[in-house]
Amino acid sequence: MIYLQLFWSFFQVGLFSFGGGYAALPLIQQQVIENNHWLSSTEFIDIITISQMTPGPIAINASTFVGTKVAGLPGSIIATIGCVTPSCIIVLLLARLYYKYRNLSIVQGMIIGLRPAVVALIGSAGLSIFLTALFNKEEFPVSLSDLNWISVIIFAICFLILRKTKFGPIQVMIASGIAGIAIYYIF
Amino acid sequence: MKKDASFYWTLFLSTFTLSAFTFGGGYVIVPLMQKRFVRELKWIDEEEMLDLVAIAQSAPGPIAVNSSIIVGYRMAGILGAIVSIIGTVLPPLLITTLISYFYVAFRENPIVSALLLGMQAGVAAVIINVIYDMASKIILQKEWIPIVMMILAFAATLFFDVNILIVLAVCGIVGILNHQEKKDETEGGPEV
Repeated sequence: MIYLQLFWSFFQVGLFSFGGGYAALPLIQQQVIENNHWLSSTEFIDIITISQMTPGPIAINASTFVGTKVAGLPGSIIATIGCVTPSCIIVLLLARLYYKYRNLSIVQGMIIGLRPAVVALIGSAGLSIFLTALFNKEEFPVSLSDLNWISVIIFAICFLILRKTKFGPIQVMIASGIAGIAIYYIF
Repeated sequence: MKKDASFYWTLFLSTFTLSAFTFGGGYVIVPLMQKRFVRELKWIDEEEMLDLVAIAQSAPGPIAVNSSIIVGYRMAGILGAIVSIIGTVLPPLLITTLISYFYVAFRENPIVSALLLGMQAGVAAVIINVIYDMASKIILQKEWIPIVMMILAFAATLFFDVNILIVLAVCGIVGILNHQEKKDETEGGPEV
């Protein structure tokens, strides 16, 4: 029963990928290449490429890609549902607890303590996005010779627009994409 | 707030649009959600939004999906969570299905790769901007414990690859201890 297998494989991917994003990669690899032989290693690298080029979490991109390949459109829908089911159950449980107990002093302390941690986590993810965009490298160390000056300029202009004008993130992202086409493709 | 059809449509459309623009990893959805739900729709206040992100972060699964589920739940219970999860999952589902049919042509298209190269820089600006806002808010409170925790948590994840759950657990415990101590001080301190 291929649908059940798809559901169960991606259920496990969803359940064990803490930390989001690339944390899911080894799990997907294990389920899709080693356990079920649904994809070759080359196709797996293609999924990573696709997920970098398209919106959405890599786990969802992978479920959809594998599901489509193995069992067409129904396969992609079932694999995706499998992938988000653990999130649904656990997040809803945590949410209930939060709204029930958030006025307790101990929970308040914990929540206040978590805020700097959340900022730090977003900060470290943001740094790797920043390095990828400007140096084409995800981690330190980077060398100045890798610096892509066109990206630096696009980055600086976008940053200024966000801080000084009322344009929102989505407009800025669209504009940077158009700038990319204009600079890299037309000229 | 009235939970009529137009409310659910707004919720669906918001999560759908946000998800369609989360290039470059789940965290990009955090600034987008703040802008949409906190500043434009004024459904959730800024502090509560950060708490919701913390919850989304401590559960397994994609952060973009988790934050949508929790925002939907916050606004309209289970039904809200279902509406927002469908909104979040549809864009990657549709786009990836489409792309998987003609992947090679898409990958080798020079316009597509130019577009994506430009967007990388824009995405970086969006996320650095929101980190700047969030970090300055914590620094301006001028309390040293949160500031130190923020720096340590940053270093722990960036340089030492410490598991995110451990970082969250430690910060939560420090928060509880710090909060209890402050409460004792305002109440005159424990009897000696």
